[in-house]
Amino acid sequence: MPRKKITLDNTIDSLSILDEKGKVDKKLEPKLSKDDLLKLFRAMTLARRYDERMLKLQRQGRIGTYGPALGQEAASLGPAFAIEESDWYVPSFREPAGMLYRGWPMARLMLWWGGNEIGATPLAKMNDMPISVPVASQIQYGAGIAWGLKLDGGDRVAVAFVGDGGTSEGDFHEGLNCAATFGLPLVVVIQNNHWAISLPRHKQSASKTLAQKAIAYGIDGIQTDGNDILAMVEATREAVEKARKGGGPTLIEAVTYRMGVHTTADDPTKYRKDEEVEPWKPKDPLVRFWKYISDKGVLDEAGREKMEAEITDEIAEAVQASESYEPNLMEPFDHCFAERTPALEQQRAQFEAYLNGNGNGKASGSASVSHSAVH
Amino acid sequence: MAMLNMAKALNLALREALAENDKAIILGQDVGYDEGVFRITEGLLKQFGEERVVDFPVAESAIIGLAIGLCVTGYTPICEMQFSGFGYHGFHQIESHATRLRNRTRGRFTCPMVIRMPYGGGIRAIEHHSESRETIWAHLPGMKVVIPSGPRNARALLRASIHDPDPVMFYEPKASYRAFREEVPDEPETMEIGKAKVVREGSDVTIISYGASMRPVLEAAEELEEDHGVDAELIDLLSLVPLDRDTINASVRKTGRCVVVHEAPKHIGPAAEVVAGIVEDSLLYLEAPIERVTGYDLVLPFFNSELPFMPDVRKVVSATQKVLSF
Repeated sequence: MPRKKITLDNTIDSLSILDEKGKVDKKLEPKLSKDDLLKLFRAMTLARRYDERMLKLQRQGRIGTYGPALGQEAASLGPAFAIEESDWYVPSFREPAGMLYRGWPMARLMLWWGGNEIGATPLAKMNDMPISVPVASQIQYGAGIAWGLKLDGGDRVAVAFVGDGGTSEGDFHEGLNCAATFGLPLVVVIQNNHWAISLPRHKQSASKTLAQKAIAYGIDGIQTDGNDILAMVEATREAVEKARKGGGPTLIEAVTYRMGVHTTADDPTKYRKDEEVEPWKPKDPLVRFWKYISDKGVLDEAGREKMEAEITDEIAEAVQASESYEPNLMEPFDHCFAERTPALEQQRAQFEAYLNGNGNGKASGSASVSHSAVH
Repeated sequence: MAMLNMAKALNLALREALAENDKAIILGQDVGYDEGVFRITEGLLKQFGEERVVDFPVAESAIIGLAIGLCVTGYTPICEMQFSGFGYHGFHQIESHATRLRNRTRGRFTCPMVIRMPYGGGIRAIEHHSESRETIWAHLPGMKVVIPSGPRNARALLRASIHDPDPVMFYEPKASYRAFREEVPDEPETMEIGKAKVVREGSDVTIISYGASMRPVLEAAEELEEDHGVDAELIDLLSLVPLDRDTINASVRKTGRCVVVHEAPKHIGPAAEVVAGIVEDSLLYLEAPIERVTGYDLVLPFFNSELPFMPDVRKVVSATQKVLSF
């Protein structure tokens, strides 16, 4: 038998529309209204200022460890902008720009990083999953959500996020493989920020691109300039449109860069040279987008200052709201199961007695004690 | 009433679930055309179609992970792990999300899923097909663990597990799948999860067990009565989470003596929790130290040597006599 080449019909495009100098490719430029451009710019700015504030709050000991998304605003915002409210947004943990755009109250995100489950609780009508800590695990339930949407028979889609590090996980593979095999309306966005804590992209995978992993699953893959909001919007729109028509999943590799720390608990100078970071500074998604919209006359300097002032107030309000929140310490006993088991009933009574100063002793008589102290 | 074995009774419960709830979906490997390696899903694909009985790629983590997404969008997934020995691929999704989603989102999202998996030794299977690791699942906050012992309770408890608003590990004693038949009511019977059953009343000693071990325990009770005049009370736990301490306490307070039996390894096993509960609640009613008849803290040997390492009638009789002679 002869040895023959197997021709694969997939190729990987690389998409860039707005370059780092703010110059747009007119042929590829998406049609966005002035309102939309303003919305995008405001959302990016909001996420940037939120991130900066969160880093300060962390240093002041007012929240816990924080994982910033500085410089990655476009990669998570573009997909959030390109889908409908009725679609599902399934984040990892470096998508504050998209989450804020989708309607997460900023105070809730602050509360999440401040160690409160309320920060993982979306508002009643939101089709949004909370932050997922174990990397790539969310691809799996993202695919399950897409499956549910497909079974519902509508044209809704789910967009799920993962990092370059997450692509090495089995869950990434299993999720994409099943989504592809079942033809699910799922868009998976890899935020390739080049670093998984201390492990650089080239040590994460021998693949030339991460987008090409799509070929192995038999689905479309595309690499985008992840710092180019227009490319992120356009690539997601294409993928979503295809998914709505039953065309199955798409893998988008958003090439971006982690400008800051992995989280405030690590020190990148141990593993990363400053020279590597430098070339990424001019590629900032916000800088180029500002040039683009100011050249277009969408917003002038005075308008931007006004917007920044509003954002400062918005963040201040969120800080205040989050810091005035008091967790209800009894609440975990209400959310382990729909109904407490006898064991949890007993442990709850013991805990309540403990909170009321009775040590780990018998719970008798504690049932009537008010919870007001811990609300 | 029909005389069914456990495999048929489980099949009946699944059939009822798919018929009653059009959001119920069976997910698993070879559950469709092959009808499950133990034939538990026999005839279901034919009756309900490929959308409801889904043959999955060989990806246990994805079975659980996608099931979580189905739950979030309002479906009722019933997952089958082919053998409990392969369920560990799904452990991460179970521990990281399925058992936590309700708590994490303060009840906004929940995971009303059932994860069925066959467990236990004694069927002369190759490695990874014979262990009893219920302790692992019972240790996870947010996970219920239900273990039937016979056809009738298997059907009724599987129905209850599918109706349950939280994730349920439905651990099936595969050695009992076709071991015996029992009358199973025609009407859709459901049992409350978390209630143990006194399957034999007695006054001398309480023997507590569940799942496949109920067979040797029942036989031991008969032998104890016939050969030694011992009147043993038998409790079938039926679920490890929730654990029915009321039934355990009532019996132990009556008999004052107790033996706990299971296939799982002894160390930090379910018997340890049962005994600790008795010590906390009923210590002063005890007439003798409690005995445990369990698996050893070993990997169950390959099948040519497995049987002596499992609980059997002789071990249960001997432990009971020891408790009675204290």
